[in-house]
Formats: sequence, C-alpha cells, structure tokens
Amino acid sequence: MSSNREIEEKHQKWENNLVDKTIKKFPERQKEFLSGSSESIERLYLPPENETDKYVKDLGFPGEFPFTRGIQPTMFRGRLWTMRQYAGFGTAEESNKRYKFLLSQGQTGLSIAFDLPTQIGYDSDHPMSEGEVGKVGVAIDSLKDMEILFDGIPLDKVSTSMTINAPASVLLAMYIAVGEKQGVSRDKLQGTIQNDILKEYVARGTYIFPPEPSMRLITNIFRYCSKELTNFNTISISGYHIREAGSTAVQEVAFTLANGIEYVKAALKAGLDVDSFAGRLSFFFNSHNDLFEEVAKFRAARRLWAKIMRDKFHAKQSKSLLLRFHTQTGGSTLTAQQPDNNIVRVAIQTLAAVLGGTQSLHTNSKDEALALPTEESVRIALRTQQIVAYESGVTNTIDPLGGSFFVEALTDSIENKAKEYIDKIEALGGMISAIEKGYIQKEIQDSAYKYQKDVETDQRVVVGVNKFAVEEAPPKGLLRVDPKLREIQIKKTNEVKKNRDNAKVQKSLETLENAAKNENTDLMPPIVDAVKEYATLGEICLVLRKVFGEYNENIVL
Amino acid sequence: MKKRILIAKPGLDGHDRGAKYVARALKDAGYEVIYTGIRQTPESIVNTAIQEDVNFIGLSLLSGAHNELFPLVVEILKQKGSDDIIVFGGGVIPTEDFDFLKSKGIKAIFTPGTKMQEIIDFIENAS
Repeated sequence: MSSNREIEEKHQKWENNLVDKTIKKFPERQKEFLSGSSESIERLYLPPENETDKYVKDLGFPGEFPFTRGIQPTMFRGRLWTMRQYAGFGTAEESNKRYKFLLSQGQTGLSIAFDLPTQIGYDSDHPMSEGEVGKVGVAIDSLKDMEILFDGIPLDKVSTSMTINAPASVLLAMYIAVGEKQGVSRDKLQGTIQNDILKEYVARGTYIFPPEPSMRLITNIFRYCSKELTNFNTISISGYHIREAGSTAVQEVAFTLANGIEYVKAALKAGLDVDSFAGRLSFFFNSHNDLFEEVAKFRAARRLWAKIMRDKFHAKQSKSLLLRFHTQTGGSTLTAQQPDNNIVRVAIQTLAAVLGGTQSLHTNSKDEALALPTEESVRIALRTQQIVAYESGVTNTIDPLGGSFFVEALTDSIENKAKEYIDKIEALGGMISAIEKGYIQKEIQDSAYKYQKDVETDQRVVVGVNKFAVEEAPPKGLLRVDPKLREIQIKKTNEVKKNRDNAKVQKSLETLENAAKNENTDLMPPIVDAVKEYATLGEICLVLRKVFGEYNENIVL
Repeated sequence: MKKRILIAKPGLDGHDRGAKYVARALKDAGYEVIYTGIRQTPESIVNTAIQEDVNFIGLSLLSGAHNELFPLVVEILKQKGSDDIIVFGGGVIPTEDFDFLKSKGIKAIFTPGTKMQEIIDFIENAS
C-alpha cells in the first residue's frame, strides 16, 4: 500500500513542479486529448492499486476466464489468424477467378461478397435489381451460380465466410448442396454465415422480413447446424456495420453484445440448450485508427461476453464463453483524397486487430473510397497482414500490450461504459424493443453527426482531407463492373429455369410455404430441398415474403 | 421562401450515414429537408419530390449503380414536366464518371471529404 501512496505523492510532485513548469513554457498541443470515442485521455497512466488481485480477476491467463488476454493459451505463437479478404463482384465466373488468385497469393480463407439484389433476396431480373447486379459483390440467382462460384475450390479444405443476412438460410442451403456435389459431407464444411439481422435494422439496411420471422430463421439455422453442420459458425454478430454507420468504439461493443444477448435469448426460447449453440456463435468487429482504443475494445468485448455467457446464461462449457471474432479494417476511415495514405491507415488498423487478438482479418484496399478494389490494391492489403504477421514480431508473444497502464485503464473504461449501455437496452425491453423505439439508431446517428462536425470544424484531423491536402489528379485504373452483366445473368437464370423440373420446383415451394406458415416447423430442410431443385433465390424469398411480410424502416434523423 | 430539398437513396444500397448527415446538416443550415429513407425507386423519388414541391433532389449512392439510377431520376423528372427541380448527387463515385453524369443533367457531384459549405454554396448559387 505504501508503494501506491508513494507513487501518488511522486505523481503529484511531478505534475506540480515539472509538468506545470514545462506547460507554461511549451503548452501542450491540445487543451484536452480525446480518443476516437471522445474519451478523455490522461497525461500519464499509473498502475492501479492492489495490482495482483486485479490482474487475477480481470486479466487472468490467455485461454482462461475472462479471456481478456486472448481465447487460446498460446495465441499467435501457435497459429496465425485466418487471412480472409472479402471479395466478389460481377458473375460467379469472375469471382471464382478472383478467389483462386487470392488463394494463390497466400490467403487462407474465402470471404464471399454478394451483390445487393442477392443480399435482399431478388433475382437479377427483378426491377429493383436495375443497376445493382454484380456491383458490390457476386450475383447469385440459383444453385447453378453457386456451383460455378466454387468450381475447383475444395470445400473440405477451404473455410468460407459468407456475408449474407436476410436470405442466409438460402445461401447456406446452396453451399451445402455444392458440398454434396463435390462429395463433401456436411460435418466437413467449415466457415461462417453472417446471419445477423438485428444490425441490418440499425446500421446496414439489407433486411427483408420483420424482426420476429427473421429471428425464427436465425434460430432455425442454429438448430440445423448444431446437428448437421457442426463445424460451421452459425452467426457472425457484427459490430462492423454499426461502427461504419458512425458509432463510437464503446457503442460498437455495447450494441454488438446486446444483439448477441438477443440471439441467445431467442435460441433459448426456441428450446435450444445454451451449450449446444453458444460455441458456434462468432463476432465481427471493426478496426479504426485509434490504435490503443481499438486494442482495448477487443479485450473489453472478450471479457464482457465471457461474463455475460457465464453469469447471465449459465453456459457450462468453456467454448461457450469465448468471443471469437473476425476483424475488418475501417472502410469509413479511408479517404478518396490521396488514396495511398490508406495503406498506412490499414497497417495501423491491422496492428490494432492483431494486438487485440483477432481470429480472422480482412484488410481494406487503398482504393475502396473510390470503387471496388483492383487486383493490385487487394494484394497490397493482403501483404499488409502478412508483414504484420511475419515481420513485425508482434505475434511472438501473447497479448503484448497486456499490463500497459494505459491499455488496461481503457479496457476497463470501455467495458464499464458498454455494460451501462447494455443495462439500459435491457431496461428498454431488449434489443428488438430498443430498435423499434429508434433508440439505437439515434445513438449511432448522434455519434456520426458529432464526428463529421468535428472533422468539418477541424477539431479532428483527417490527413489529406482537412490537413495536408494537395491538388491531385483523378486516380486511374479503377475496377469497373460491366453494366451489361445484368443481361448475361438474366439469360443464364432463364436457361436454368428452362432446364429444371418445374413441377418439382413448384412442389418444393409449396412445401416451403406450408412450413413457413407453421411457426413450429424448421425452415432449413424445405429450403435445402427447394435449392436442390434449382428454385431461385428470388422465388424462395418471394414465398417467405408472402408469408412473413416485409420490414419497413423506422427513419430516425 | 425557404428552399426545400429532398435527400434520397435510390437503389438497394443501405449505407445511409452520408445521406443522413447531409440531410441533418442542411436542416441545421436552415433549409426544409425531406429524407426518403433507403431503397427508393427513381419513380418514387420523383413522385415524392413533386408532392413535396422541392427545389432540389440530392441523391446518395455507394453501391456503384449511380450511372444507371441518377440519370433515370432526371429523365423521369423531364417526362413529368418537373425538370426545374435541380438534381445533385453524392457517394462513392469515381471522378471519371462526373462528365457522364453531368451530361445526363446531374448538376453537381459531392464525394466523401466534401465540406458542407461547398454543398450550401452550390444550393445558393444554383437557384
């Protein structure tokens, strides 16, 4: 104890004598220093009192509760994270080529980007698909497209992440069907479906159905996978989009874990045992520029989730307590101005993700504030991960920043503030109710507005935008998706419709409709059957739209 | 009279952070602002614009469908005899598309990093 008092006295003396004198001569650059979340940053961090007790309780050892220092006992000394670049554009043929390129460059997992019509359950010929086919991802209308997408890619060797939410069940069914055609049994399939609808309502917008049937589809997937796809992550609870929509780091943790709580509750309500599905829940976070705050964010999220799963949901298995997460560097931090600067931003964000103990990482490409990335810029992004992994040395020891006075203080602060939000959401009746009240949307938008105002008034520096700007020529060689692609895709799907057994398709869609009408029927089996008959994504979603209705946005400005 | 501005998101893109920021900042600057929400068709945007009797339509799109959807809005405005409404756009839009969009009647394009004052100056000078 005396040592703590001694430090405090010395600290005061240092502030009063040395620091005050220095500041009088050389004022600090800012009156107040703020983190990305506008947390006040102290001049100097000191060890907390009773440090050993605190260490045992709040940090512990890697691979042990509360997992602050990582989910595995040896972390990156054992195995590096999965390098998984999000990719896909145009047709299945073109995307298949890009995947083979990325695998040849040392990428270790696939991550499929679907175009917006696919994400919203429309075929390429739907009027709403105009202009959008193949633009932000690959267009998938039927199993035929999926067969082409994975042609020559062995599904028992590669793990695949699919960014799909509202129609996740349909794309998962197609993946299962492709696996079958390749002779790969279901238990050998590895990967993740995003399958996180709640963040769509507040941050991303690719919802189809109202919350209740959406939650049913999700828990149906949990149940199906717990029996059939035992190596598949059944959901990736995503803070990424919440952050991109403008939240702070604290809100990202809070709202993501609050969504997680809602999924667990729904699954329990559907009669599932917590340990039967909790081990297959995974998370997805953003990594922005404020290096230490980001590291602290990952550590805080891991600790908070472990406590929630143990104390609130009484999970018994250690696996059920683990917050395993994928990270993507921050798309919204990239600037269209001086795009080469983005390489440096991505490097810092990569470092934050790795120091924070991520299991999987996508690094953004320098040109993404302008268009989809070119092959060259994707390669630099992948190389950034590889340099951090193999050259920086930060993977040589576990949780290198653990014990840093600053990082531990930030970790505590983020955990506490996120917990306050979670309690508030619970008091509002849970996440769905908070969304329906517009509370989450309002919180995110206020943060987004404040951030942008700070940039506009130069309170926050964005290099190359409000400071160090230069006149520059428009960038050349951006990737373009051929607008004729929609016609090609429509023709291909019409071929499929001509060659399939349409009577069987109709029958499978009727079976699905009946299943949808009965709340207690699981939807995965009839969806798998319909997909195998080459019913299209649009046809399947139309059946569900008819039964479930569609969600209308609750606009909050 | 206060200028009335419709901020709209055509197509399927759900990234509405920019659109909402611009809508709110224009409101703060003293304009009457209407925001449509996401997933609007060019037809529904034009209908709302006419109904709300706006002077400007600001279109926001990050999915890359701007070359198809922005000109459609201008075209439908013409068909309905409401081409006095001034259309501008924003989002992830490559510089090399600016000329094409302007030739189709989009009066200005604002990409990320634009200061609000530039948009306000445009609105003040365009009418």
